[in-house]
Amino acid sequence: MAKGRKMSNYIKLIALGLVTLFAMIGTNYARDLAYQVHAVIVMIVAGGLFLYTLRHTDEPKKAVAGVENEYFDSVVRAGAIATAFWGVVGFLAGTFIAFQLAFPALNFDWAQGFANFGRLRPLHTSAVIFAFGGNALLATSFYVVQRTSAARLWGGNLAWFVFWGYQLFIVLAATGYLLGGTQSKEYAEPEWYVDLWLTIVWVAYLAVFLGTIIKRKEPHIYVANWFYLAFIVTVAMLHVVNNATIPVSIWGSKSVIVWPGVQDAMVQWWYGHNAVGFFLTAGFLGMMYYFIPKQAERPVFSYKLSIIHFWALIFLYIWAGPHHLHYTALPDWASTLGMVFSVILWMPSWGGMINGLMTLSGAWDKLRTDPVIRMMVISVGFYGMSTFEGPMMSIRAVNSLSHYTDWTIGHVHSGALGWNGMITFGALYYLVPVLWKRERLYSLSLVSWHFWLATIGIVLYAASMWVTGIMEGLMWREVDANGFLVNSFADTVAAKFPMYVVRGLGGVMFLAGSIIMCYNLWMTVRRAPAKEASLSVQVPAE
Amino acid sequence: MELYTLLREFADSWMLLFLFTVFVGIIVWAFRPGSTKAYEDTANIPFRHADKPAATKEARP
Repeated sequence: MAKGRKMSNYIKLIALGLVTLFAMIGTNYARDLAYQVHAVIVMIVAGGLFLYTLRHTDEPKKAVAGVENEYFDSVVRAGAIATAFWGVVGFLAGTFIAFQLAFPALNFDWAQGFANFGRLRPLHTSAVIFAFGGNALLATSFYVVQRTSAARLWGGNLAWFVFWGYQLFIVLAATGYLLGGTQSKEYAEPEWYVDLWLTIVWVAYLAVFLGTIIKRKEPHIYVANWFYLAFIVTVAMLHVVNNATIPVSIWGSKSVIVWPGVQDAMVQWWYGHNAVGFFLTAGFLGMMYYFIPKQAERPVFSYKLSIIHFWALIFLYIWAGPHHLHYTALPDWASTLGMVFSVILWMPSWGGMINGLMTLSGAWDKLRTDPVIRMMVISVGFYGMSTFEGPMMSIRAVNSLSHYTDWTIGHVHSGALGWNGMITFGALYYLVPVLWKRERLYSLSLVSWHFWLATIGIVLYAASMWVTGIMEGLMWREVDANGFLVNSFADTVAAKFPMYVVRGLGGVMFLAGSIIMCYNLWMTVRRAPAKEASLSVQVPAE
Repeated sequence: MELYTLLREFADSWMLLFLFTVFVGIIVWAFRPGSTKAYEDTANIPFRHADKPAATKEARP
């Protein structure tokens, strides 16, 4: 064992040394700024790890005994911290760009080309989806798979590689957007080398998750793990196909996609809609199926329904992408297919919603006393609302009004802020006292403040976007008696101003709620009474 | 026959039938006799092993 460890250290040193050297050469030959900055970041990270590994090679190893009979929770704690941190960063970026749209002067002259709306918008979407949502999925999947498999995470420190590798991906993606390193594919903006890195991290993630399931002590795989596994496997497939690009140069960030024309558009929205379906839906349903039963202290309403929910979602979601391409070069039969599957998808979505809500049957009084369960329930409510709105908007006739308008933005946010945001907040409120072995949260009234700020914020956001979306859709198609368009594009922009301010205020409220959450969770770790039972047993440090 | 046409005709006939049968099969399987009792136990998985892993493989049907 000691010998094997030494050997692996030498291999690690060689690999890290080569990566550092390559990044140094890249810094010199870089063809664009984004690539150059990324080469510097990679050089510092790989060089730092090289020195760290070198310092610890041939040192006597401390014996680690008996870890197999405890859960690997340190990486889950790190994931919870990262979720809260990236959440605030992502909401802040979103609120700022909302005000940039209302007040264009906020696109400062001195920051042109770095912090104008066009550069910050992908930063916001990726920060909330992949940094906030992704870390929430990492942390909760590692937590849930251990508890429901009754086994420690497989692969030892591989889980730490997944965590830090994913943070590096986030930093590379975010800095790339600001510096112009983007392939302009929605939710898949990072360039080829960042995509390759994410593929490596994702394969490691799959190995850790699947390894834990394989060595499980429970005979059955709990339904939450089915959803998490579907999320990991499908995202891997989508990511690889949608990012099939050929780099122009190994020293530059620019690459060319292999899919031609409308096939590229179709692959992009096959990816894009399934990013919603498997990243933001299947993964978060895994959270729902574990944390709502735990917080309500009763098993899920119907396990049979959860099985049907899972397979119906898997069979249907993958076909829904073409509804993003109505009235385009895509053949009509393909967009009709996407539309039909989107409408059918309404059924499993509501089946899942009913399953989540009815888990509380017989315990509805908890809604009055427990603000955490209130948060989880409203998140399932928003899930139901946006999975009704989505199929409706995918119908071609409705889409002809809603497409390219702010209605779409409102729909995305009622799903993302309401469903993904609220279920993540609920999971964090459940997890932090458990992970840091506290008896309870620091303050339940602060949770209530967070709940109401976030809920009213989302209502302001969604309502203003409905109004402005339908208004601009109607203004765009308005023609006079002679068949000429009545409104210019600038007319619609001017008409939208008040709604943009309301939307920005909704964002401020949602952001304020999340900052309250961070304070509450911080004080829970610092101040809340420790759990008595955990102090009587000595737990060795991991 | 063009590859596109071949794949398309396969996709909207035999493959469609296959996927549909699998899907219906899963639903029927979920309602098999005795499933209610088995799922009752499965649904309670989150309430076991909250603090530490199981030492041995759980022996349940």
